[in-house]
Amino acid sequence: MPDILLDVRNLKIGATVYPPGEPPQKIEIVHGVSFTLEKGKVLGLIGESGAGKSTIGLSSMAYGRGGVRITGGEVFVNGRDILKEGAAGLRALRGQEVTYVAQSAAAAFNPAKRIMEQVIETTLMHGLATRAEAEKRAVTLFRKLGLPNPDTFGNRYPHQVSGGQLQRAMTAMALCPEPDLVVFDEPTTALDVTTQIDVLAAIKEAIHATGVAALYITHDLAVVAQVSDEIMVLRHGKTVEYGPVAQIIEAPQEDYTRALVSVHAIAHEEKKPTAEPILKIENVTARYKGTHFDVLKNVSVELHPGQTLAVVGESGSGKSTLARAITGLLPPAKGRITFAGRELSPALKDRRPDDLRELQMIYQMADVAMNPRHTVGTIIGRPLEFYFGLKGEAKRKRVQELLDEIEMGKGFIDRYPAELSGGQKQRVCIARALAAKPRLIICDEVTSALDPLVAAGILRLLLNLQQIEGVAYLFITHDLATVKSIADSIAVMYQGAVQRYGGKTDVLTPPFDDYTDLLLSSVPEMKLGWLEHVLAHRKMESAGN
Amino acid sequence: MSRIPLSALIGLVLTAAFFLTAIFANLLAPYGLNETIGDVWENPFWSAEPSQYLLGTDNIGRDLLSRMIYGCQITIFLATAATIVSFTTGSILGFTAAVVGGWVDQVMSRLVDLFMSLPSLILALVILSVMQVTLPVLIIVIGLLDSTRVYRLARAVAVDIVVMDYVEAARLRGEGTKWIVLREILPNALSPLVAELGLRFIFAVLFISTLSFLGLGVQPPLADWGGMVKENKEGLVYGVSAALVPAIAIAALAISVNLVADWILNRTTSLKGGRGA
Repeated sequence: MPDILLDVRNLKIGATVYPPGEPPQKIEIVHGVSFTLEKGKVLGLIGESGAGKSTIGLSSMAYGRGGVRITGGEVFVNGRDILKEGAAGLRALRGQEVTYVAQSAAAAFNPAKRIMEQVIETTLMHGLATRAEAEKRAVTLFRKLGLPNPDTFGNRYPHQVSGGQLQRAMTAMALCPEPDLVVFDEPTTALDVTTQIDVLAAIKEAIHATGVAALYITHDLAVVAQVSDEIMVLRHGKTVEYGPVAQIIEAPQEDYTRALVSVHAIAHEEKKPTAEPILKIENVTARYKGTHFDVLKNVSVELHPGQTLAVVGESGSGKSTLARAITGLLPPAKGRITFAGRELSPALKDRRPDDLRELQMIYQMADVAMNPRHTVGTIIGRPLEFYFGLKGEAKRKRVQELLDEIEMGKGFIDRYPAELSGGQKQRVCIARALAAKPRLIICDEVTSALDPLVAAGILRLLLNLQQIEGVAYLFITHDLATVKSIADSIAVMYQGAVQRYGGKTDVLTPPFDDYTDLLLSSVPEMKLGWLEHVLAHRKMESAGN
Repeated sequence: MSRIPLSALIGLVLTAAFFLTAIFANLLAPYGLNETIGDVWENPFWSAEPSQYLLGTDNIGRDLLSRMIYGCQITIFLATAATIVSFTTGSILGFTAAVVGGWVDQVMSRLVDLFMSLPSLILALVILSVMQVTLPVLIIVIGLLDSTRVYRLARAVAVDIVVMDYVEAARLRGEGTKWIVLREILPNALSPLVAELGLRFIFAVLFISTLSFLGLGVQPPLADWGGMVKENKEGLVYGVSAALVPAIAIAALAISVNLVADWILNRTTSLKGGRGA
């Protein structure tokens, strides 16, 4: 009989929703989920947003976030049903037996206190150790987690360390009271891919060294496959599949799991450059007003009609700034941008109407890219009216055509953005861009905020539209899996400069420069043992260190 | 509309009653505004020996009820007009400052700071004492002084909206400032502004009443509630309640509009149904 640490039986969780203009309604968001976790094992909870994975994770601390309440079932920690505990019992449980690592360490740390104070706070509060002992424990953990200068690391303030280091400090905070169970809630989602790999390795190492059990919550199956012993796939608050990691990855039983495993399988043949480039960027250098630092350094790239140029790099590499320079929001200090054979004036206000029309943009957050007070019909209809003077019935007909083109069909034209799902919102943004009959669309991280399956749908749609409309894409992303499935040529950016540029096959074929190698090898792959393999073979430390 | 709280319901009923009185004043008032009908300060209905006039008469023997009804019309008309002036100027200038930004924003905002640093009552008294006090002048002076507060709010709300991607998308499309202000920003800034509207209306009522009480507001033969408090205040010494009636009316109007504004404010700023919903 193995040693069961956490035993969740038929867990039901409810919440109250407030639909606008209607009375509040009670709904059930988790419908009877059961699982067990042995001491020292790691269970991965995976699912898209709204699957209830975080809610289930927090129930192991008998905690409901916001208006969420646990309405049924039993949760046993070390044999006690914690749902029956009073406030004092829960206080003893939280931060002592079970601890929590949140997604955004930057938001979870108090910026006014030193890291050490915060790391040992719960340990001292529960009286688990004296201050000297707790600090010694923390330093040991800093060392285990591979933080630089572990002896003095705790003296720094949160803003003095990088995001990846802060996330590891938070892991140290969770491990310091020597808990039996740690709940990791998307600990690497907000990090760059090259930083994620280090944090992932550190967390895995710490889990093994301390023998703690863990719930690892994420939406990325490739990530969870590296750290877990078992995986539970969740959807709409129900268990889809639950089993050992090898079985889930290599022999998934359910259709949904199979779709998740093969999500990156869009194949796209590289197209060779054909005619004159539609967009030509020559030696562009740019800096923000009032600063003395070039965010773009001598950038030169070309994009051919009907093709896709992917601009990749981690945050701060200048890839979004490049988009701002092209659209005219940040006039470059030096260099030339030629679009469709004419030189673009640097500033937005000097551009011709045709330049504006033929160069459209799609944003990362579809939520804030659409005016919440306009209907879908107005959002898509405005470019038609503005550029082509369409009105009334003609406009409405064209809007419906565009909606058909983005595979949304009838019944959406009079809806507001709040009444659409995340994927539908992004589709409407695509339709708005298409309405202008553009020759180039800049896609700024358009799939980053979406769940993997929805993102794959958007990518397929973009590829189809490219075939039909012959539009070129400048595709900005940090996700190399996306790049492989959509790009014809690739520009790798690092600290404002183009590090490597060329056709997709050339860029992705060795020999690599050190940065490209790091970037490519850091993309989590859907196979077991990938993490160890990469760490053993890479040439360059991540920028996050 | 079935979930209006009791306080808001009371506020709504009273506010509606005040506005209806203002609109139909000419039909409701039993006597003329300046018609002398009886003795000075005749007793109202609640005294031991009530006179034939419901609220009694004022300091020169005019029917107080009729004067209250006409006063209601003047007070509410002035306050509404001043609020409209302050809202249109304040919000259009505030939105423009937020959208245009740069030195335009700086100049306008610092100018508003300058005006706000002076006590508005004293500023109004100085301006009105050198000008001939007519209704349009009153409306414009009160409206413009109040518009500095609206400007602040409108600009603060708009700078949050201006950085949204949909505004950037409109700019990239080549839209002009007019479209951005009226179609992109205004609909999203409306709920906090509407809530503020109620509060500003009340401040306008109080401001007008204060000016009239000090003798620089509405001039005879017209009368508003503040002026009526002034006319009858001597009577308080002799136990005549005529000055209290308009004072109570001012308070009642202020409270009832506030109850409604509170309710709107609660609805629009609640976490569940924020600006986006």
